[in-house]
Amino acid sequence: MQQQGNRFFFNVDWITVLIYIALCAIGFTNIYASIYNPDKSVGFDFASSYGKQLIYVITGLILGLSILLFDGRLFNVFAPFIYGVTLVLLVIVLFVGRNVGGNQAWIPIGSFRLQPSEFAKFGTALLLARYVSTFNPKFQDIKSIFIAAAIVLAPLLLIMLQPDTGSALVFLAFMFPLYREGLSGYFLLIFLGMIVLFVADFLVPTYILILILTTIGALFIYANKRKQKLIITTVFVTLIAIGYLFLVKVAYTKVLEPHQRSRIELMLGLKTDNKGAGYNVIQSQIAIGSGQATGRGFLQGTQTKYGYVPEQSTDFIFSTIGEEWGFMGCSVVIGLYIFLLLRLINLAERQRSTFSRVYGYSVACILFFHVFINIGMTIGIIPVIGIPLPLISYGGSSLWSFTILLFIFLKLDSNRMGFI
Amino acid sequence: MEQLFNRKYIIQGLFLVVAIILLAKLFYIQIVSDAAFVAAESNVLKKKFKYPARGAILDRNMKVIVQNEPVYDLMVIPNEVKSFDTLALANALEISFDEVRKNLKKAKAKSNYQSTPFSKQISVQSYARLQEIMYRFPGFSTQDRTIRHYPDSVAGQLFGYVKEVSQADIDKSEGYYRSGDYIGKSGLERSYEDVLRGEKGVVNTVYDARNTPQGSYANGKYDVNAVSGERLISGIDIDVQKLGEELMLNKVGAVVAIEPATGEIIALVSSPGYDPNILVGKGFGNNYMDFIVGNPYRPSLVRPIQGYYPPGSSFKPIDALIALQEGVVDPNTTFNCPGYYMAGNHKVKCEHVDGNISMRRGIARSCNTYFCHVFQNLITKNGMKNQRQTYQDWRDKVAKFGFGTKLDIDMPFERKGYFYNADHYDKIYGNRWGYTTVISQAIGQGEITATPLQIANAMAIIANRGYYIKPHLIKGMGDKKLVKKEYVTKNYVGVDAKYFEPVIDGMQDAVNSAWGTATLSRIPDIIMCGKTGTVQNPHGKNHSVFIGFAPRDNPKIAIAVIVENAGYGSTYAAPIASYMVEKYLKRAVTGARANQVEWMKGQNLLPPLIDPNKKPKLTKADSLSIKKTDSVKRVKDSLKIKSAVIKQSVSTKPVANKPAILNTKPETK
Ligand SMILES: [Zn+2]
Repeated sequence: MQQQGNRFFFNVDWITVLIYIALCAIGFTNIYASIYNPDKSVGFDFASSYGKQLIYVITGLILGLSILLFDGRLFNVFAPFIYGVTLVLLVIVLFVGRNVGGNQAWIPIGSFRLQPSEFAKFGTALLLARYVSTFNPKFQDIKSIFIAAAIVLAPLLLIMLQPDTGSALVFLAFMFPLYREGLSGYFLLIFLGMIVLFVADFLVPTYILILILTTIGALFIYANKRKQKLIITTVFVTLIAIGYLFLVKVAYTKVLEPHQRSRIELMLGLKTDNKGAGYNVIQSQIAIGSGQATGRGFLQGTQTKYGYVPEQSTDFIFSTIGEEWGFMGCSVVIGLYIFLLLRLINLAERQRSTFSRVYGYSVACILFFHVFINIGMTIGIIPVIGIPLPLISYGGSSLWSFTILLFIFLKLDSNRMGFI
Repeated sequence: MEQLFNRKYIIQGLFLVVAIILLAKLFYIQIVSDAAFVAAESNVLKKKFKYPARGAILDRNMKVIVQNEPVYDLMVIPNEVKSFDTLALANALEISFDEVRKNLKKAKAKSNYQSTPFSKQISVQSYARLQEIMYRFPGFSTQDRTIRHYPDSVAGQLFGYVKEVSQADIDKSEGYYRSGDYIGKSGLERSYEDVLRGEKGVVNTVYDARNTPQGSYANGKYDVNAVSGERLISGIDIDVQKLGEELMLNKVGAVVAIEPATGEIIALVSSPGYDPNILVGKGFGNNYMDFIVGNPYRPSLVRPIQGYYPPGSSFKPIDALIALQEGVVDPNTTFNCPGYYMAGNHKVKCEHVDGNISMRRGIARSCNTYFCHVFQNLITKNGMKNQRQTYQDWRDKVAKFGFGTKLDIDMPFERKGYFYNADHYDKIYGNRWGYTTVISQAIGQGEITATPLQIANAMAIIANRGYYIKPHLIKGMGDKKLVKKEYVTKNYVGVDAKYFEPVIDGMQDAVNSAWGTATLSRIPDIIMCGKTGTVQNPHGKNHSVFIGFAPRDNPKIAIAVIVENAGYGSTYAAPIASYMVEKYLKRAVTGARANQVEWMKGQNLLPPLIDPNKKPKLTKADSLSIKKTDSVKRVKDSLKIKSAVIKQSVSTKPVANKPAILNTKPETK
């Protein structure tokens, strides 16, 4: 048995596990602080959010450790199946989903609610890794790009239909593993350009944008007036960009429902809603800023204690950290994440198997998107996009899906010497 | 392959860049800027102000003359209001259903989140009813406050009034006043605002996001208790003040009584007056329009310090004093009075044909001829060519008696009167003017005007034999009875004490001798020295004036009484003065004189109004043009005393002026 255990846990990167535990502990502590009410503190309450979170953490840890007991090869073998199941769940949720906060993201199973979009992430990561490792495409041809895009876009679009824009956006993280595997850097730039133009289309009148685009194009042509091919490309790109602007406008007014439009407008700060998302961000920034250098101390945050930040234990948990632990605490948390992300990339690079490497990159980049979008949202540098802070935000689905995501990679990593 | 491996660094680099962006923004909002910290404090912290009781005011006999009464306001925080039984609230407050809605709307317009007055000064009954059903009206609360009460219902202009602060007051106060606070707007309430108002207290309470109180902030470390305003002890004798107002009933004019030794004002009557209680609380707006603005005799004019009157005969003793000091006459100098005085080819009339007359008798009989001679001697003493300079010297000496300057009484909006320098006459006449041009000033007429306060103060100077202390209403502030330094400082007028006795002899005779002008106002057992005056008024009947002090030795009270359009000084002003002096010195007017007091109270001497529905409206421009034409007229017939202008009738608007501020070091008196 001892030997058996050694075999299962052999070569596991315990540093990552420690960071995982540290982040979960930070999460639990701050959820406790967010829920804490000085008038009603009567011992430990398992029915409360922090009580439930403790259960999620413990079961999550058990779940993670049991994943280490699996044979790593199974994930490769079952990747299409797991992906298929998550797609089916995403379709089911559209019909039986419990409507929570304006979107149908949850499947009720007894008293427990399952959020398929959380699990779709590792399903997609697995299938993408399987595809890349099997066919070894270098993404220089349209076909391989198309297949990879299809794998990512299928769950993304289904999640968009719920509609849960935040969770869908996270799937864009898969561009980075593909980039690592050979996808041209232009795709990242084009994509960045599309996001910038999309946002700009709402904030700046279209004709000004057209003027700007034309000017940039003209300047570029002037600078390269000897290179005919480049000139043609530039004209082409400029025209496409202008066309895209109109497409966005048309799609926005004709395709989207009014409530969806309103969410986007809120997101882009075109609309202020003192009771809704706008209020959240203002209060969140006040709470974080008031923490100053060292924070007000555990359970001492007035904004936290007196409930000024809505959804504080879930999407806005970072405001608790900011208020009670200050810049110091924020730096520690961001430091832990960055350490974890850099380590995951390093671990991925040491894999002999392409499957493990692609999967590792996927895990790191999904985590990165979550951390960046969530913290960025709480401090007002990114519009309100409701996605959780990995391992820290309250919620079982989220915690378990990150646990599964991470521990599958740890299992793959522990097998790095073998062939999968 | 090697190239693709390098993409790891691009991705890791991206992670690091993003982490740095996040940390930079965090560094800014957490460490560089304190805006969030301030916002967080204002999120949870609500300040509730506790209003201190305003300081009381006592009279010179330590009787309370200004005090506080508790009242209750119903306050509302509109966004905390749940749907409530409008009818029940309307019934409890004894107002209509619609009014409840209207008030709520008004409060909402003011502020949705702050406690705003819903119904002010609710009755005690309403308050009691509300206490029982308050729980049914979340968002509403009662706040107790005090308002002013003036037990004797007199001296409206003297006390002034307290009113809710205006936006201008808030802006000026550098953060002290907040909307809804009260401030002294006029009278003593204004000039002693800093002392009377006390210190506001504050209770800092922590509130959660649902606006429910969560207890005290930082264990009350930053809470401040309200400190009641300090009490003021005034020199006013409220009984004398009250008698004065009753005597002046249905008359227009002013009375100022001063304790000469201290400069304390014993009474300051402005008639018509009003009951200060009408300007307290709810009725303010209507009452102000009805009783103050609506009264054609303009009670808003505080006549003792703002009304302009020619000093008239009361000026003659000052002529005599300066002439004695200058040595241009001595007490035995006599002049001949044929019933007039010729200044060049102009005639100044005298009331009597006095024949050869001395100073003592000249004062007692108020002989115009005598004082025109004195004035002539004064202005020509350095030769006819130096009259301009000599006039200016004389003018400066008279100014030391307090004419032409403010006396800095502790009331706002005091005015200084007119008393011109030589250059004023230069402008009109060039260098071709002399004593004959300005001869009317010898008998206190012409261009010179003074406030009753200045005239009374001149009397205090004579009573003191040569000095005065700036007249003031408050003789002690707070428990330590602090007093401003300027109110204990003697101001000498530059006339030696020995020169006063001959003048005082004449004033004694005016009241107490058979040939005096105010013999009917003799007070049993008390020697009052005085001087009647009949100030000529081109706009109507002459003004009746009396000035005096009593007793002759060690005087306790100096007084000036002016009754507009009442005719001879001996008929009204002198008796009124004598009753008030007697009341002050003996605590009562006794014997047959008690009946005379009642008779006097019943006299209606209100001048007829040209149009009773329309009060005469004179703008500043009018007053200037009138002055000008008068001056020009005076060029032609400066000797016709008729030209005397009663400027008090054109001085409508008090000059905006800074109230007395306690900038000098208070000294224990
Ligand atoms: Zn005469």
